Amino acid sequence: MFLINCPYCGERDQQEFKAGGEAHIERPKQPTELSDDEWAEYLFMRKNIKGVQFERWNHAHGCRKWFNMVRDTSNDEIKAIYKMGEKPPTQ
Amino acid sequence: MTQNLRVKSSEFIDETNRISFKFDGKTYYGFKGDTLASALIANNVHLVGRSFKYHRPRGIMTSGSEEPNAIVQLNPNSNITEPNARATEVEIYEGLEASSQNCWPSVNFDIGGINNFLAPLFPAGFYYKTFMWPKSFWEKYEFFIRHSAGLGKSPTTKDPDIYDHRNIHCDVLVVGAGISGILAAKNAAKNNFKTLLLDEKNELGGSTIFEANEYNKINHNLASEWLKKEINELKNIKNLEIKTRTSVAAYHQYNYLLARENLTDHLDKKNKKNKIRQRLLKIRAKKVILATGALERPLIFNNNDRPGIMLSSAVKKYSNFYGVACGTKNIFFTNNDSAYESALSLHNKGIKVEAIIDIRENSDAKIIKKINDAGIKIYWAHSIVDTRGYKRLSRVSIMKLSNDGTSVTGSKISISCDCLGIAGGWTPAVHLYTQSGSKLNFDEERKIFIPKTDTKEQISVGSCGGDFELDEIITNLNYKLKNFLNINKTDFEDITLENDHETSKRNIWLLPSDQTIGKTKPFVDYQNDATAKDIKLALREGFRSIEHVKRYTTTGMGTDQGKLGNMHALGIIADTAGVKMGELGTTTFRPPYTPLTFGTIVGRNVGEFFDAFRRTPMNDWHIKNKAKFENVGQWKRSWYYPKEGETMHQAVQRESKAARKSAGILDASTLGKIDIQGSDASEFLNRVYTNAWSKLAIGKCRYGLMLNEDGMVYDDGVTTRLGENHYIMTTTTGGAANVLGKLEDYLQTEWPELDVYLTSVTDHFATASLCGPNSKKILNKIIPDLDLSDDNFPHMSFKEVLIDKIKCRIMRISFTGELSYEINAPASYGEAIWQKCIEAGKEFNITPYGTETMHLLRAEKGFIIVGQDTDGTMTPIDLQMDWIVSKKKYDFIGKRSLYRSDTMKENRKQLVGLLTEDPNIVLEEGAQIVSELNQKPVEMLGHVTSSYFSPNLNKSIALAVVRDGKNMMGRKLFVSMENKNINVTVANTVFYDEKNERLNA
Repeated sequence: MFLINCPYCGERDQQEFKAGGEAHIERPKQPTELSDDEWAEYLFMRKNIKGVQFERWNHAHGCRKWFNMVRDTSNDEIKAIYKMGEKPPTQ
Repeated sequence: MTQNLRVKSSEFIDETNRISFKFDGKTYYGFKGDTLASALIANNVHLVGRSFKYHRPRGIMTSGSEEPNAIVQLNPNSNITEPNARATEVEIYEGLEASSQNCWPSVNFDIGGINNFLAPLFPAGFYYKTFMWPKSFWEKYEFFIRHSAGLGKSPTTKDPDIYDHRNIHCDVLVVGAGISGILAAKNAAKNNFKTLLLDEKNELGGSTIFEANEYNKINHNLASEWLKKEINELKNIKNLEIKTRTSVAAYHQYNYLLARENLTDHLDKKNKKNKIRQRLLKIRAKKVILATGALERPLIFNNNDRPGIMLSSAVKKYSNFYGVACGTKNIFFTNNDSAYESALSLHNKGIKVEAIIDIRENSDAKIIKKINDAGIKIYWAHSIVDTRGYKRLSRVSIMKLSNDGTSVTGSKISISCDCLGIAGGWTPAVHLYTQSGSKLNFDEERKIFIPKTDTKEQISVGSCGGDFELDEIITNLNYKLKNFLNINKTDFEDITLENDHETSKRNIWLLPSDQTIGKTKPFVDYQNDATAKDIKLALREGFRSIEHVKRYTTTGMGTDQGKLGNMHALGIIADTAGVKMGELGTTTFRPPYTPLTFGTIVGRNVGEFFDAFRRTPMNDWHIKNKAKFENVGQWKRSWYYPKEGETMHQAVQRESKAARKSAGILDASTLGKIDIQGSDASEFLNRVYTNAWSKLAIGKCRYGLMLNEDGMVYDDGVTTRLGENHYIMTTTTGGAANVLGKLEDYLQTEWPELDVYLTSVTDHFATASLCGPNSKKILNKIIPDLDLSDDNFPHMSFKEVLIDKIKCRIMRISFTGELSYEINAPASYGEAIWQKCIEAGKEFNITPYGTETMHLLRAEKGFIIVGQDTDGTMTPIDLQMDWIVSKKKYDFIGKRSLYRSDTMKENRKQLVGLLTEDPNIVLEEGAQIVSELNQKPVEMLGHVTSSYFSPNLNKSIALAVVRDGKNMMGRKLFVSMENKNINVTVANTVFYDEKNERLNA
């Protein structure tokens, strides 16, 4: 059970949060311009890495804000947390 | 009854407090402080159970939570009986009743004991191998297997006890209150860390507290005496909370631990009453100090499971702590020096020790001299090759071990005995450490797995960290604590220590016998009756992974999770397969460390609190009017309102007819309601719904369909424009929370530039939906001032009105196809408004109807229910709802996906109507639809999604999804049922009032 440092509320128990999959996948601004393959790339393709992964999390039972998390999926170490729209930390 | 094995009073046993208890129906006496195990041994009861597979007689093996054999049924004659309690942990109280498990008719005469003689027929994988053929027979086999499977019996009625949960946040959590744990907790608390110290036993002090080894001294005192003084000082320390009888069950990431605090199990019935029985502690600790100690290993030799064969450390604890001798003629069998301490302890208490058998060539420990002085014979480099005694050990046979340890030589010596203490060395209790995600190292020399790393948040101290000898424990503890807590000094760093050191080591995982292994029974997992033979067989049959061998042989899969024998299983696999133990790894240590009751896990969340229901403001009225309820999401919704003697079908038919003929009323409060405000609200709706919203006039309503980004229908509902920048959206009952979440997600992450605010107002409004040709007249009675003409208040429009000074929102919208008004009142006035409608509607025979009638009426109109007629694979085009998909809008959620090659395919499954040839046959929802009857394999074209008998059409109607259904209008198909095929015709989805004339009737 993680202890997650919500950027708006502070440290809270994992059960207050909802995981939202891979981060930094921007919805295309002009979907109609995309080929089927390009759209499918956005729609379906997600990374599932053993190691450092960038993820979206939502403080669903709290402030309901979305934010980003860098997590090492091999040992669940949370390496960084930052707000939506902020630049991901460089390693 | 005499307690003829009670030898000497002990300070931990209150002999003035005599307690009677029953075991297997017989009454015995023990003293306050006894466990069931110590009291039984004192009463000379050694046979306490039968093993699971072979039904071999088994006795008490240990003195703690690792016990594999002495598992008993508590309150055996009660319907709240509890199985699998460890006799070594059950503290006796006046009136305690317990019985043996796995035996019938009794533990002394057990019919299942025949399995022991049939043992050659039950090798590893017996069930997999035997019950596979013929395949169709499995169900018959299963019946018999189920009867003989399982340990103990389950309670048959509701658990009457109270359980609780508590959250604890602390700076330092110390798990285990042996010498290391006590010193760690004391120093943490003294340095202003808020500290919690937990131990599974009822007494603090671990194994040191009953230590009598005069070679282990602290400040020139016995270690036990010194530790008692330390424990006495604990109560004066602030910041320190101590909980005994508290077992840590799980250690999750980020120092989140779960522990079970046992509050009343040791109390008699009178004192248990109305108290919380067990409490689950949910602990979030900044730092965790694991001081969980070590478990003594057995030795694996032929027939090593007879009652009377116990761990050497347990024999010592029964004598030193409980004042109980485990036998009158004791023998020890060892590969290390610790058995000598046990033997000497017994000898000093006047308990006879016949001999010590040591597999080593020699030992230079100082204690050997004392043993020699006591006249106890030591057999060096010998091993036990067999044991005798069915219900109690009677003798052992020993032989000389060969130099390489793989065979025995010379003549057999037989020694008479009734208790054998076995000492196979120590296994650090690293269970919690590995649960936390940390890795182990294998120490090849000492043959133990030890923690690989300490971190800033977690350390392992004492024997669980691999330190076994007193000086080693204290010195390392001092060093580790100072680093971990960042303190300059501990209060014990200046103590003087004296202790013996073990220098001679010899480890043999499977001891040889003079007989071939096939003829021996060297048990590795006592509880599951897995022998070394089974493990070797598994390897011969090709199993290599430790996880596979475990499952195939069931080694380590009992309620004790193989705390005693898992290391030997690994060792035997490594030796047999010729690999290193470190490379083999271990099986996964999973929580809980010891079994938990379900009560502890659920705490107060039982009965109506298990999964809380949501009820509408009109709920009391529904109950009063005998509604049957159905669960919709978390809601309790009125399903139908049967009149005296009516079946569900009759009630639904009556309600459906009334709603179309005169007037009906539905509680629609459960629909999700989201208040949307902001200058970009219209633009936002444009992006989330498939249709256009910019031109919706204030005061008008519009139906919207919401897709997922993959183009599949996600939700639907009517949204009303309340003002220039103000909308109220309704969602499906079950989808409300997810829709809000999805909308917030887009607003926060994709379109943060939009000025839109979302608020869930589902609970703020109660909704009464008036429907039917007379609904206008009823509404007119309630609000005479309001002009209800089609010009002033047309279909799909909204009015804000006052009803009895209560501000209500009325939408003229319809989910039934009838003229219909939805009155939204503030939730607290919901029942009053509902009552008002009922009163006003009396003269029109207003009929309350539930969800079933609502479903029927909308199906007559071909309106979909998201989640019933759709399943996440239906696009609006598949639903034949092309009309609601805007061609003009540049983008909306899911739009691009509607033009993917797959979603544009011609022969997708599409929503159609189905009519049965025989109008009285109502199809089953979910039934499969085919076009050919004789095709093999038959092609499934689709399935029925909604099906009802329509009283208004007097025939059966159904909605279905059918491959290429759009082009099948009028085609004859079959709905294939188990015993018959039903002829159906593909039809339009709208069965009733195709021209929508009734909306304005």
